[in-house]
Amino acid sequence: MNGLAVLIPVALGLGLFGLVAFFWALKRGQFEDLDGAAARILIDDEDEEP
Amino acid sequence: MSIAAHQPTEAAQTATVLVVPGMHCAGCMAKVERALSALEGVSTARVNLTARQVRVDHDPALGIPALVEALQGVGFPSQPRGEELAPPPSAVKPLLPPLAVAGFACMNVMLLSVSIWSGADGATKELFHWLSAAIGVPAIAYAGMPFFRSAWGAVKKRTTNMDVPISIGVTLATALSLYETMNHGEDAWFDGTLMLLLFLLAGRVLDAMMRDRARAGVDALLRQAAPGAMVVAKDGGLEWLPSTDLVPGMVMRLAAGERLAADGEVVSGASRFDQSLLTGESAPVHAAAGDPVLAGTLNLENPVDVRVTAAGAGTTLAEIARLMEASGQVRSAYVRIADRASRLYAPAVHSLAALTFAGWMLAGAGLHQSLVYAIAVLIITCPCALGLAVPVAQVVACSALMRRGVMVKDGAALERIADVDRALLDKTGTLTLGRPLPDPVTIASLPEDAAAVALALASHSRHPLSRALVETLVARGVKAAELSQVEEEAGQGVSGLWQGRKVQLRRPEMANGIATTLDIAGQPAWLLPFADRLRPGADLALAQLGKLGIEVSILSGDNASAVADVARETGLTGQGNASPQAKQEAIARLQGAGHKVLMAGDGLNDGPALSAANASIAPGSASDVGRQAADLVFLGDSLEAVPMAVRTARRTMRVVRQNFVMAIGYNLLAVPLAMAGYVTPLIAAVAMSTSSLLVIGNSLRLAGAAK
Repeated sequence: MNGLAVLIPVALGLGLFGLVAFFWALKRGQFEDLDGAAARILIDDEDEEP
Repeated sequence: MSIAAHQPTEAAQTATVLVVPGMHCAGCMAKVERALSALEGVSTARVNLTARQVRVDHDPALGIPALVEALQGVGFPSQPRGEELAPPPSAVKPLLPPLAVAGFACMNVMLLSVSIWSGADGATKELFHWLSAAIGVPAIAYAGMPFFRSAWGAVKKRTTNMDVPISIGVTLATALSLYETMNHGEDAWFDGTLMLLLFLLAGRVLDAMMRDRARAGVDALLRQAAPGAMVVAKDGGLEWLPSTDLVPGMVMRLAAGERLAADGEVVSGASRFDQSLLTGESAPVHAAAGDPVLAGTLNLENPVDVRVTAAGAGTTLAEIARLMEASGQVRSAYVRIADRASRLYAPAVHSLAALTFAGWMLAGAGLHQSLVYAIAVLIITCPCALGLAVPVAQVVACSALMRRGVMVKDGAALERIADVDRALLDKTGTLTLGRPLPDPVTIASLPEDAAAVALALASHSRHPLSRALVETLVARGVKAAELSQVEEEAGQGVSGLWQGRKVQLRRPEMANGIATTLDIAGQPAWLLPFADRLRPGADLALAQLGKLGIEVSILSGDNASAVADVARETGLTGQGNASPQAKQEAIARLQGAGHKVLMAGDGLNDGPALSAANASIAPGSASDVGRQAADLVFLGDSLEAVPMAVRTARRTMRVVRQNFVMAIGYNLLAVPLAMAGYVTPLIAAVAMSTSSLLVIGNSLRLAGAAK
């Protein structure tokens, strides 16, 4: 029973954290361009020397 | 990478959104972003590949033409996005938060439920029930909103849809679970209810995603059309105005190869106009000073000045739009298969639940126990897999079609096109390519050096015939000859020097139909005739449509002899000289005779027919109106896309029906258990997820369906 008192809040907290993170990402436009996000990884920036 | 940090770094920044329909990969994105970022005054350029747009934050001093030119320089034609063309709000977005909440709550409640199923008892079990309620009730209230709202709308209109049984089931199950929790009961159903919402929301999101995707693609195509004209000001200066700002009396200067943005009258110059998009007429029409010309027609030869006589709502174009608005009844009356299924399903489920309740009451089980059993029936029959049966199959089929270059506007279009048994094809631009191509026999007989000279000359001109010539010669592997002193004289042709000899690609002195002449000093002149050709794959496509049991005929606005030529070539029957109204009536006649009609067309004149038909398809080269009115748009030249779309749609419907049988069949197996009172939350959860997985697995077979 003591273990549960710790573990259940932890489990719920982690889940809630994920949910909040998702809402944050949604609000910040992370899901606006799924095709573009998938393709962007392939762009190499070699010619942009620092 | 923070977006906010980039925004107003300097106070005077403007944001411009350009539509770039040609982007389709990472390489394109990089080119577009780099070309724009390299410009002086541009602070950021960010591509949205889904919408085929790029958002540029730049100095207001830097004009939009400079941005467009920079993109043209790297090979991407683009257009600034007009206010009225801003994309409609996404259908997916409002569904994502409920989906996320349902997912979160479902997982956590399931975690607690698994402990209960595996033997948690006494105080622990009660704690877990209370925790489940604390998570479940608010989550159900929030995630169920899309269903409650739609069900309420249906009930208010005294109809029913899939959402009514869902809402009733969810509400009752939640209320019962809450009651059980408060009264130290045996079972709580929060887990099953949340899982139901999760699966149903996933189905809705898929359906919406498909609509958004296809719409983004079609919108990108739509925005390609030139929505404006170069206007000659009183002081002789030139100014580019969007078509909404054109008013009668203005004089537009129209270069060869441009489309008219408004109806008008030629003031000076003379040229030939291609009216095929507007009337279906394939032969170019000559117009000189004083002759009327119509918006949407293409200037083929010489630059002309045109005085606007009607713009906006006054044009022939707008008249066609009005016709179209009045002709969508067949489609709006169509009831989607999921709704048809739920009309049968909902009453059956509710009477089963009522029967269970009455039966147990008669058997003397008591009010509470009878209610528990009745609600168990409702939960077990809740159309979880049924909610996935249609959207999953349609999404898989649509993405298969999209990979083959066919864009489907929504799932209902796929259902309607599967039913067709009669097809009407427009001639110009649909059955044929709709643009003049050089005669293949003549091209094949050109000597190699003459072909090389022709290619070199043609590549210096933007004239439609030159561009068609370049396309054909390049496809044949011809390499351009080296020329010097190349000059283009508008309306006359291109000339240059080749190995010291004067060479010329010019308009012929006389020719029947469309042609151009290739002159090489010291050699006889070559006459290159041009003609509109059948689309590649037309024969095969027509044969396949026949095999699918679809009778095909031609319905064209072109003159009867041109239609007869194509009819002979394809072996179809045809009707010519059809006005937009006549096309609409022809479709109404067939529908009256009990046929389901597929209309394939591209022109403005096909618009009313496209929206009146049961299903419609347009080539990507079609007019805006054609693409907007059509359910499906196929890219690429081949007509084989049409039978492919029909075949895929029919296969999809077969899979959808299989899905229904599986989903309902699975529920039917569990219903006797529920009515007998043997169903526990565990059995409900297992039944629900297994039937959903079965349906999804069956739908995935459509991934390679577009063949």
